[in-house]
Amino acid sequence: MLVFLASEVMLFGGIFAAALALRLEHESAYGAAAHHLNLWLGTANTAVLLTSSLMAAIAVQAARDGKPAWAARALWAAVLLGCVFLAIKGAEYAGDLREGLMPGTAQAHFEGTTQHLFMNLYFIGTGLHAVHVTIGLGLLVVAALNRQARHDQHAVLIGNVALYWHLVDVVWVFLYPTLYLAGAR
Amino acid sequence: MTEPRFEHPPEEAAISYLADGHSLRSWFLTTDHKRIALLYLVSITFFFLIGASAAALIRLDLLTPQADLLTNEGYNRAFSIHGIVMVWFFLIPAIPNVLGNFLVPIMIGARDLAFPRLNLLSWYIYIFSGLLTLYVVVSGGVDTGWTFYTPLSSAYANGAVVATIVAVFISGFSTILTGINFIVTIHKLRAPGMTWGRLPLFIWSHYATSIIFVLATPVLAVTLLLVAAERLIGIGVFDPRLGGDPLLFQHLFWFYSHPAVYIMILPALGVISELITAAAHKRIFGYWFVAIASIAIAVIGFMVWGHHMFVSGQSVYASAVFSFLSIAVAVPSAIKVYNWTATLYKADIAIDAPLLFALSFIGLFVAGGLTGLMLAMLAIDVHVTDTYFVVAHFHYIMVGGSVTAFFGGLHFWWPKITGRLYNETLGRIAAVLILVGFNVTFFPQFLLGYEGMPRRYHVYPPEFQVLHVISSMGAALLAVGYALPAIYLIASLLPGGRRAPANPWGATGLEWTTSSPPPKDNFTEQPVVARQPYDYPLAHPASRDDG
Repeated sequence: MLVFLASEVMLFGGIFAAALALRLEHESAYGAAAHHLNLWLGTANTAVLLTSSLMAAIAVQAARDGKPAWAARALWAAVLLGCVFLAIKGAEYAGDLREGLMPGTAQAHFEGTTQHLFMNLYFIGTGLHAVHVTIGLGLLVVAALNRQARHDQHAVLIGNVALYWHLVDVVWVFLYPTLYLAGAR
Repeated sequence: MTEPRFEHPPEEAAISYLADGHSLRSWFLTTDHKRIALLYLVSITFFFLIGASAAALIRLDLLTPQADLLTNEGYNRAFSIHGIVMVWFFLIPAIPNVLGNFLVPIMIGARDLAFPRLNLLSWYIYIFSGLLTLYVVVSGGVDTGWTFYTPLSSAYANGAVVATIVAVFISGFSTILTGINFIVTIHKLRAPGMTWGRLPLFIWSHYATSIIFVLATPVLAVTLLLVAAERLIGIGVFDPRLGGDPLLFQHLFWFYSHPAVYIMILPALGVISELITAAAHKRIFGYWFVAIASIAIAVIGFMVWGHHMFVSGQSVYASAVFSFLSIAVAVPSAIKVYNWTATLYKADIAIDAPLLFALSFIGLFVAGGLTGLMLAMLAIDVHVTDTYFVVAHFHYIMVGGSVTAFFGGLHFWWPKITGRLYNETLGRIAAVLILVGFNVTFFPQFLLGYEGMPRRYHVYPPEFQVLHVISSMGAALLAVGYALPAIYLIASLLPGGRRAPANPWGATGLEWTTSSPPPKDNFTEQPVVARQPYDYPLAHPASRDDG
């Protein structure tokens, strides 16, 4: 599983490399572009996702301690928080669309090529992340519904699902400063 | 080598994996790594034929300076499909997924790979993406070349670019799954006594390949995803009108595709190490150097991508560093060549078809490698960039290297895989034919390129015609060389084909201690390893002389 996660990290690596190169080349324009993002929604989402990841870790520990009921509760909590994350993200996308920041749409307008590219990277990066969140939610539901997995004191299935969920979390932890905090003033 | 009692297991010890079930279901839903290897063998042979047909069209069209066989568009599609099919659907899976799938578990004394069902899934993903590529061929093709350079691929190219990109994207999952499977298997499933220092060199090279599989393939995936996003929904990072930079594509693409070159050659290096030691009946010269060289190639290979972009306008300082690193990556490759020749030195050599393939590999690999060094030099590269010199160089490594090693390995392990012996005389003839045909095809292309013939053009000045005609003639010879093994290898499977003993070459290695073909679980008893690899001398068996 860890080997697969290394592969996933490389998947996002290209986007981060592009974003960092852009920031090095056009530092002030990059900051200005990042400033248009909603820092508060991004911060809220960071807190939501980190808590969700904590729930997944608790589920692993509960399964190892032989408390299947608690493992299931923690998993459902993680699922719920993941849904909240996607809801906030959706609201944020809707806001971006209203402000004309959504590339590829008719009302899109940008202050320059740097902002245009920044928003492209923002949508591809967070969009790809959202796809991973959705997959992770599916895995969490599978783990929560699986009776055998809850009673497995080695927590093989829950452990692997939690690892994947942590990856989703870690990717966000890097997306957040790269995209949101870069614009904080 | 294991305990001597495993050297000649009784014939009736266990049902062979080939006899264990004859229904379609027992093949298409098998989780046996050996059967999956055969599924791969049949499928990559099919894709090799498609890629080769495209190559035949290209060479026929190049017989004359005018465009008389293909239109411009048709020529672009022919070389694109040739590159895409050969790279992703033949060369990358060829050695790892056929020979590697069959041998990795047996060589380390395991019953199967760590994740047998994942292994089957990876074949289905491969087939699905392959069928998608076939759909592209019949639905109008793609004309971007296998490199999908932007802005051509994202803004201007006609044809089924997105379908092709999706096909390659999906095939990447198959590759990643195989890589994960190999890494976990080699870490977790080694037989008792099979320490890292006792691993066959074939395993070391597959380990190095798997690292690249897992770390490089996703970068290609995200790059292609970005191209598709730019083409479909206008969210792009490569088109300057969208604020992007086309050069970014080249950086990301070659960050994958240069390591991909090592995906194609590293398994071949592992095959050659086995072939050479078995033919020389000697311990490999400098085991650890050869083993670590594989890892070194994999690691340095990640840091040389910029040498594909010397003329792209990247910083000259970056170019200088990439030039230096590209020259450095030749060092571990050269170590291997020296160690193979040192292994052969003063050895009691059995000149069978596998050794002939191995020797032609060494010659062609050295020629391809040395021209690679020339291309790593900034000044020479500027002169020959995008000419036939480059085409000849990478065909020496990919075809002269990888394909020759694949054929050598196929001959070497054919008795183990099928339990039958092929016709040794025809095998030697095929090895020589391939060597001669290959050189006649591709050596003229070095000359063409140095004199200025650009790649990917099918209309050219008449002074190049002589060399092009020689090259096309060589391609015909090469086709005969490749067709010949298909005939006698299949003939060996017919009723009445000679049965292979457990160890026809008198080679060391766990795969030769089990019966030919191996039982479903590979071994009748759990092997225990007590000796170094390549612990020769082992007596030449009498059975080999009647070939």
